[in-house]
Amino acid sequence: MLSEGVENFIEDPNFIFPELNLSQIKPSYLEDFLFSMSLIRAAEIKIAKAKKNGLIKGPVHLGVGQEAIAVGVSKSLRDTDRIFGAHRSHSHILGVDKDLRKLFAEVLGRKTGFSAGMGGSMHLASKSKGFMGSVPIVTGTVPLAVGAGLASKLQKSSDIAISYLGDGATEEGVFHESLNFARVSNIPVLFVVENNLFSSHMHMSLRQPLNTINRFAKAHKIKAKLLDGNDVIEIYKTSSEFIKNMRSKPEPYLIEAITYRWFGHVDWRDDIDVGVARSKKDLLNWKKRDPIKRLRDAMINKKIWTNEKQLNLDVKVKNLVEENWETAMKDDFPDRNSLLDNVYKDD
Amino acid sequence: MIKTSYSEAILSGFDYLLQNYPEVFVLGQGLWSPWYVGNTMKNLDKKYGKERIIDTPVSESACTGAAIGASICGMKPIVVHPRMDFMMYAMDSIVNQAAKWSYMFGGQLNAPVTIRSIINRGGSQGAQHSQALHSWFAHIPGIRVVMPSTVQDARDLLISSVLCPDPVIYIDDKWLYNETDILEPIKEISLNSVTPQCLKKGDKITIVSSGFSTLLALKASTFLNRVGIGAEVFDLRVLNPFNSKNILDSVLKTKRLLVIDSGWKACGMSSEVITSIVEQIPTNTLINPPRRITLPNSPAPSSEVHEKDYYLNEEKIIKFINAYYVF
Repeated sequence: MLSEGVENFIEDPNFIFPELNLSQIKPSYLEDFLFSMSLIRAAEIKIAKAKKNGLIKGPVHLGVGQEAIAVGVSKSLRDTDRIFGAHRSHSHILGVDKDLRKLFAEVLGRKTGFSAGMGGSMHLASKSKGFMGSVPIVTGTVPLAVGAGLASKLQKSSDIAISYLGDGATEEGVFHESLNFARVSNIPVLFVVENNLFSSHMHMSLRQPLNTINRFAKAHKIKAKLLDGNDVIEIYKTSSEFIKNMRSKPEPYLIEAITYRWFGHVDWRDDIDVGVARSKKDLLNWKKRDPIKRLRDAMINKKIWTNEKQLNLDVKVKNLVEENWETAMKDDFPDRNSLLDNVYKDD
Repeated sequence: MIKTSYSEAILSGFDYLLQNYPEVFVLGQGLWSPWYVGNTMKNLDKKYGKERIIDTPVSESACTGAAIGASICGMKPIVVHPRMDFMMYAMDSIVNQAAKWSYMFGGQLNAPVTIRSIINRGGSQGAQHSQALHSWFAHIPGIRVVMPSTVQDARDLLISSVLCPDPVIYIDDKWLYNETDILEPIKEISLNSVTPQCLKKGDKITIVSSGFSTLLALKASTFLNRVGIGAEVFDLRVLNPFNSKNILDSVLKTKRLLVIDSGWKACGMSSEVITSIVEQIPTNTLINPPRRITLPNSPAPSSEVHEKDYYLNEEKIIKFINAYYVF
């Protein structure tokens, strides 16, 4: 936990992280984390290339560098939980549903996609896995996640709701309304704030008096933790503890995970954020804090992992990405006569 | 026979839904207080518990969003806005989220939420305590807009709205709360089958209206009938999706069309009704140009002197018809 001196850690690009603490985590869990993060990263890099090459029409918001958060949280979720994402949600949906063909088909606008080709990268859902939707209106899904938690409480199901949001979303009024309502009504919702320090091209220091946002949780008497978002073990441990508590006693929690995205706000460039140049120095420093490399290095140090196993994993991930991409590229587009389908459910 | 008031009919609709559907719950401001919602929700919190009848903080946006989120997860929530003007804070949830949830995800998910919004005006309440914005919402594909005018519809269309798998904005009007009628036993009606209803037969002019305006139209038609002008009155009931069939048939018969709307003229429901009809009828069908009576183009005034000029009444309607229509 980074509760002490976290501001220094954010400001100082030379801050060296300690090695991940793997104690008390099952090796099978560690391998799963490594695989899931690697798969999500490879899928997003594939999407970045395809966007650059003009194969994808719609905007894509890539979360490369942020994989540890969704992977760490998803480990404690079950299919009947209710998860809501935002514009940068490839990792959130793949965290619970690793069907790469569906993700690729969706960003390509094909009818086999997660949203039957009606959504594209910014509108993803997988109902059977509890992923109830991600949309690009900033903070749009935060109150919906609160309602999903309220539903769960009324249904006495012990399912919980997850609201993934970014630091920019904490600047919308409805975020504060949602925290307050969730607290006074004791709603089982976990707010997972991925603080990657940027809202589009604007750094936190230009938008808020502090670089962290967990003070908003304290204002609403919501238990919160500030975490190193590139440490999958910390994310897993904290979210699993919070989620366990929420299942037995419904109430809201908040995690603030400090991280960084390797690409610009939207699409494939790493040097530009919506037309504004990014700091090459910061990016290089953050790449040293790569959540995948840190886990892999710690596992190798602890003799849980070997270079040979890593090679096998790399091949497996590469094949999965290529095979699913090829399949998705051959998939059909939605029928032209389906334009007006599903405007209303009861037609 | 016992007569029921419009407001009691709404209460009876709530009672039926809460009694028969465990997935129904209600949230919004003032639900534990008759000051906000009149007797339309009287004692529901005592009968069904404060877990299911949730009086909320002043957070229209979060509460509407929460109702939508709960609806996506198997519940049938009703979120109540005791005055439509305050609902403006919830526009993102309604227009960007609820209206599009089914479409965006290819029909995989849907948001069967009911957003009850009360029109509450007059009494010098002024510009921010008076608006009737039904036309706005009727513009949006994916939302159904319901505006009951009769006592029977106040109850039955609330039930239809809540049971509908789509997001519905149900708009009731405090000026109708004391209207009474004898109610038929409850029958669940699919909202999809609800079309504009002919409340009075006539052969000289078709008058189309909704909500409180329909009451004015009926009163005006009674007078018109006495002087030999048979007015056929249609109550829209469902503003979106708008089904023009019955009205079209009527206009082909009467050859005169008047729309009365309690909202403003520009891009309003009256524009939609007239356009939809005119584009479907042969040129020269109409004996008089189609006309509409709406609010003057200003925010609601506060002074009682201005209010008298601002709001519609039956005398204004009769005068208008005499001035613009030749029979």
